[in-house]
Amino acid sequence: MGHAYTPGLRVTADTVVRRERRLPLKGQVLAEHGQSVEPDTVVARAELPGNVQTVNLAAKLGMDPARVGESLASPVGSFVRQGELLATAKGLFGLFKNQVESPADGTIETVSTVTGQLLLRERPMPVEVNAYVRGQVAEVMNGEGVVVESRGALIQGIFGVGGETFGRIVSATPRADVPLEPEHLTPEHRGAVVVGGSHTTHAAVQRARELGVAALVVGGFDDRDLRELLGRDLGVAITGQEDIGLTLVLTEGFGRIAMASRTWDLLHACAGRVASVSGATQIRAGVMRPELFVPHTSGASGPASEEGGGSLETGSIVRVIRQPWFGRIGRVVELPHELRPLDTEALVRVLVVEFADDGERATVPRANVERIAG
Amino acid sequence: MTVVPENIRSILATDCGSTTTKAVLIERTADGYRLVTRGEAPTTVEAPFEDVTRGVLNAVKEVEELRGRRLLDGDRILSPQQGEDGVDLYLSTSSAGGGLQMMVSGLVLQMTGESAQRAALGAGAIVMDVIALNDGRRPHEKIRRMRQLRPDLILLSGGTDGGDVRRVTEMAEIIAAADPRARLGAGYELPVIYAGNKDAAPMVQDCLGPVTALSVVPNLRPTLERENLKPARDAIHDLFMEHVMAHAPGYKKLMTWSPVPIMPTPGAVGLIIEKVAKRDRMAVVGVDIGGATTDIFSVFRVQGTEETVFNRTVSANLGMSYSVSNVMAEAGIENILRWVPFPVDEVELRNRIKNKMIRPTTIPQTLDDLVIEQAICREALRLSFEQHKALAVGLKGKQTARDISDTFEQSGSGATLVDLMDLGLLVGSGGVLSHAPRRAQSMLMMIDAFLPEGVTELAVDSIFMTPQLGVLSTVHELAATQVFERDCLIMLGACVAPVGSGRPGQPCVRIEVTPEGAAAVARDVPFGELVRLDLPEQGRVTLTVTPERGFDMGAGKGKPVSRTIRGGVVGIAVDTRGRRPFALPEDPATRIARLRQWNQALGLYAREI
Repeated sequence: MGHAYTPGLRVTADTVVRRERRLPLKGQVLAEHGQSVEPDTVVARAELPGNVQTVNLAAKLGMDPARVGESLASPVGSFVRQGELLATAKGLFGLFKNQVESPADGTIETVSTVTGQLLLRERPMPVEVNAYVRGQVAEVMNGEGVVVESRGALIQGIFGVGGETFGRIVSATPRADVPLEPEHLTPEHRGAVVVGGSHTTHAAVQRARELGVAALVVGGFDDRDLRELLGRDLGVAITGQEDIGLTLVLTEGFGRIAMASRTWDLLHACAGRVASVSGATQIRAGVMRPELFVPHTSGASGPASEEGGGSLETGSIVRVIRQPWFGRIGRVVELPHELRPLDTEALVRVLVVEFADDGERATVPRANVERIAG
Repeated sequence: MTVVPENIRSILATDCGSTTTKAVLIERTADGYRLVTRGEAPTTVEAPFEDVTRGVLNAVKEVEELRGRRLLDGDRILSPQQGEDGVDLYLSTSSAGGGLQMMVSGLVLQMTGESAQRAALGAGAIVMDVIALNDGRRPHEKIRRMRQLRPDLILLSGGTDGGDVRRVTEMAEIIAAADPRARLGAGYELPVIYAGNKDAAPMVQDCLGPVTALSVVPNLRPTLERENLKPARDAIHDLFMEHVMAHAPGYKKLMTWSPVPIMPTPGAVGLIIEKVAKRDRMAVVGVDIGGATTDIFSVFRVQGTEETVFNRTVSANLGMSYSVSNVMAEAGIENILRWVPFPVDEVELRNRIKNKMIRPTTIPQTLDDLVIEQAICREALRLSFEQHKALAVGLKGKQTARDISDTFEQSGSGATLVDLMDLGLLVGSGGVLSHAPRRAQSMLMMIDAFLPEGVTELAVDSIFMTPQLGVLSTVHELAATQVFERDCLIMLGACVAPVGSGRPGQPCVRIEVTPEGAAAVARDVPFGELVRLDLPEQGRVTLTVTPERGFDMGAGKGKPVSRTIRGGVVGIAVDTRGRRPFALPEDPATRIARLRQWNQALGLYAREI
């Protein structure tokens, strides 16, 4: 193949994003068109119908289902409190009274004369949707939510877990190739979006959770640790709803892999500012990537820099993305036209790369490199 | 435009896979139609390109470079052929976009929910989630899930005809409230198929008609004891082409390049497998292992009749790139590692697999890496075949009567049609099988995964071009057949595997190979071995296999069988490692020693690993 793999991740200092904020069902929109919102501004609210509890009155009262209606202490549609009398019936010879109390606070929804069941609808649960990013309400979807528009820096990661959050960006490691260890994390990181370097461990993630860190952004993570974090092997890469106490964004991949310099530099340039972070990832067509969005402070903007990628040329800076030189960065020095044999005996198109750190040269399949910005 | 076969001098065909777009160039020569060259490039459905035609152009460009012939005029394919430039016919297949991704919904998870799932799987879809009233999730959780998954299509079923109406309507209301956005393309209504209680259809229409592209088809579970999946499956196929494919990035443009409709890859491969089964008059299993999914096709005889049944399953989330991580999750890492003849660091292996998932176009560079990839392939094939066996049951397309007692045990539905002893030919396709550096590697991957019994011939698609030939066969049968027989299908040889179990070293089978016009050569193979016997690459040989008592080659225990088989590039693999059960040694050192011994016997790798 003549083209290097391009994950198509956006890393840009200046872009406009629009984020749809919708309720899971119809409700009330609280924000107005043009209104300025903060990440935690509640923009829409709805009340979810409460749980339904069934109470078998006929069985509990020992009476014919057709007559349970007569036993109700309050009519259908009434609100009752937990422990309050729901229904009563005279027992044997009218001496003993059978009584049924409400198992929860709720409204008596229906009583079936066929099955003798009473349906009690518990109190509705309020659901709120926040703005997620600081910006302006660009569109109001009646009864459903809003679209928030904002301008700022956007950094997409390659893989993430955990939901939406926000916090101040803090760098915890001195360089992009330094792993984030538990001791790098301090109580000051509470509520922050902590940027690490090449790698982090389950122990560091645990420490971050204990400290109340909002999100961790690092180059790489071990799949074994991901399994421990999630409590299962992640099969299909559809994430974003994990309840793991923080959001984890990997910018490069699995294992020890230094954060790309332009990502690191941009995150550093944004240090101290509030970022909105989402771990939601879907690796399939219609791909969805985890992201950090840092809105500009009153009109401030930086230079735009977009992902490179595309055709390989002599001089292109590439990173090897498979063994045996996984993660190493270098410059393309030769692009032979003919197919060359690998150790596996496969005949493929290759390139010769000169590694940046030691100047060594290696022949690598073109399919096993990705172009990165210099 | 009508295709006039006699006028076709050159054909360019592409297959847009989820990971790679493959292009082949076929030319008419004095010898008939022949494949002349191939090229490939990463598929470009994703950002930053989001246009499948980019990948097509890149793959064609590679063909251009390799053939030294101009095929492109800027950003379009030059057609018809003018002098030495351009081609007379361009056509394409596609599975890009990870195929069809659906959500299904029923009232009761184990009843209509499962029927709906079976309908969707049988139609070649990936079932992302099954939503049911009793799935333990609250309505808003279901709604959130639908929104999060962004399915291509939703199949709503529920209730038997004449049964509960209110609860089916409740499910429809949940879907309407979710108002899920489609995954590909914006601004079009999400297709929803309703195949539930017919009495609820008007209510469902009222609820979903205004907000989705709703199709109402007959109930897939009209009574508790009966399933009627065909109408729902047909509707799924139609909607896939009409809505999903047409909205995938760049497909509208691609459709204008070819006079022949773009065919889904599994459909095109299925055509070829059916043709082969008809031509050779034998039971055939075909497999196409891709990056996101693995498709299995089979043609088997219905027991006691001459009727053959074609079945196709698409194993959701079992593949070698996008889905590789799911192979590990479903198979378990220990099942992958059992095929690897050297110790592997688990942390390292896990990371490698995940990195392949997030950067799906990479290839193994080292021999160790290749061995691991081929171990994963074995497990992906094994799991896909298990799913196929579970779904290839009953009669295709006909209503399947299910006994009321079955409704309590919903995991299977009747006996599988797959009879490994009856299987005559196993055909492999897909990058990992077609591009294996040695053909013997493909052969052993298929033997290990499918565990054929008795005598089974094996073949592989030489360069992974079955999909293109499938679509070509719809407009140019002659060209498709000539290229398929001469350049595509590579006969590997045959597997001889007696059913039975024994002690290693115990006498098991005697094999007698008689080539045309030559003397017979006999060989005794004890139990627990994998041995390769020479086979001419062309022509046919007569094979007589006499099993020892306690072992069965298909004619009964201890009874000999005789078959005429085609020559092959690898030879005859006599596999006496046992069937029913087949097991690898549990002790790691013994297992590694045996794997190395077997690998050597088949000449699997250039050096010992």
